[in-house]
Amino acid sequence: MLTRRIIPCLDVRDGRVVKGKKFQNIVDVEDPEVLGEFYSKAGADELVFYDITATNEARKISLEFIEKVASKINIPFCVGGGVNSIDDFTEILRKGADKVSVNSAAVKTPELITLASLKYGAQCVVLSMDVKKVDSGKWRVYVNGGRVDTGLDALEWAIEGVRLGAGELVVNSIDADGMKEGYDLELLKAITSRVGVPVIASGGAGKLDDFAKAVIEADVDGVLAASVFHYKEIEIKELKEYLKSKGIEVRL
Amino acid sequence: MVIILDYGLGNLRSLQTALEGQGIKAKISNDPEEISSATAIFLPGVGAFRDASNALWDSGLAELLRKRSGEGVYIIGICLGMQLLYDKSFENGEYEGLGLIPGEIVKLVEMPKIPHMGWNNLTIEKEDPLTKYTSTGDFVYFVHSYYAKSSGDEILAYTEYGEKIPAVVRKGNIIGFQFHPEKSSEVGALLLKALGEIIL
Repeated sequence: MLTRRIIPCLDVRDGRVVKGKKFQNIVDVEDPEVLGEFYSKAGADELVFYDITATNEARKISLEFIEKVASKINIPFCVGGGVNSIDDFTEILRKGADKVSVNSAAVKTPELITLASLKYGAQCVVLSMDVKKVDSGKWRVYVNGGRVDTGLDALEWAIEGVRLGAGELVVNSIDADGMKEGYDLELLKAITSRVGVPVIASGGAGKLDDFAKAVIEADVDGVLAASVFHYKEIEIKELKEYLKSKGIEVRL
Repeated sequence: MVIILDYGLGNLRSLQTALEGQGIKAKISNDPEEISSATAIFLPGVGAFRDASNALWDSGLAELLRKRSGEGVYIIGICLGMQLLYDKSFENGEYEGLGLIPGEIVKLVEMPKIPHMGWNNLTIEKEDPLTKYTSTGDFVYFVHSYYAKSSGDEILAYTEYGEKIPAVVRKGNIIGFQFHPEKSSEVGALLLKALGEIIL
C-alpha cells in the first residue's frame, strides 16, 4: 500500500536554513545538510528545500548545499526556488536532487514544465503554487514569494500544470502559511478532486490533527510543514503514529 | 572493478555514495575498456525510456552490455535502468531494451494517480540471497509510470499498485530494482548490502 508522505520543508537562504511567517520576519535556523540528516533519521519520507536567496549570483553559491545534502541522506529530496530555465533543472538534478520544483517561472513560461518533463520525466517536475483565496470557492495564484497576483485561477492552473507535464503539485496556501491553524482543506479538496498526480498540502499545519484532516478530508498524498518540525513542536515519529491510529497508511 | 554506467542520464552520485556506504567501491564511467574489464555494472537511469534506449544503442554500450552479461558479469538495473533490461518498452512509442530479461514495459493503468510515487511495501515472492535482509512489509521508494510485464519468473519481490509490480527481479547475473534502493533509507541500504555480498 502506497503511504502518505510526511515532508519537512526547509527554506534556504545563502546556504542556510531559515524560517519566517507569511514570507516575512526571516530567522536563521541551521545548515541544510545537518537538518536534512536529522529529518532523514527521524523518519521523514522526503524533504523539500526552497532556495530563497535574493540574487542569481548568490544562488549559484547557495545551491552548493545540494551536494552536501545528497551525500548525507538516503531519502528523496526536492529543490526549488529561483528555478527559471531548463539549465536550472539540469544543474539541480546533477547536484543530486531527485525533483525540482518550479513556481513563478512556470507562470511566466509554462513551456518550461513541458520541456523539463520531456527531458527528465514528469516524476521530477514539481509544480509549486502559492495560492490566495479571493472569494468563496475561488483562489488565485500569486508569484514572487506571494507578492504578485497573477490573475490566474488556482484550480485552472493546477489542471493546466498537470496537462503540461508536472508530475506532482505542491499547493501552498498563503493565507494559512505560518498561522498553524490547519491547511486550507477546501482548496486542497478542490485540487485533489481535479488532478491525477500526487498533491502535497503546504501551509498552516500546527497540530497533529491538521495533518490527519488533510489526508482524510482532502485526500492529499503528502503533508508538508516547516516550523512545527524545526522548533520540535511535533516529532515525525509521533505524527506518524498518530496518523496510523487514524487509519492512515504511513511508513513506520 | 564495479562500474556505474554513465550514459548521460540522471544523477549517479547518490547511487555511488549509497554503494560506498555498503563497501562497494564503484567508478562512474562510460569507457568501453573499463566496462570490458568490469566485474559488475550498474545501469542507473531516470527520465524517458526513449532517450535512455537511444543513448545506449547509439553509443554501442548496449551491445557491450549484452556481451558482458553473456560472460556472466553482474548487470544491475535501477528504476529506468531495470526497465532497460527487458525486451522493449511501450513508453510513448515502442523502443528496444537490452533483452536480458523476457518481458515488456507497459504503462500503469487504472490507478487514480500516476506516477506511482512514494513509499510502498514489498512482498517477498522467492527466497534469494539478495533479499536475505529484507522482509515482506518493508517500505521502499518508488517513482515510475511504467512497469515490467513478464512471465514473473524473475520476480523476487513485488509491490502492489493497482496490480502486481515487479520490484526486485533477478535472472542469474541480471538484477533489477524498480524502486530506488539508494533513496530507500535503511531498507534500501540492506538490499545494497546483500547485493555487495553477491557481486564482490
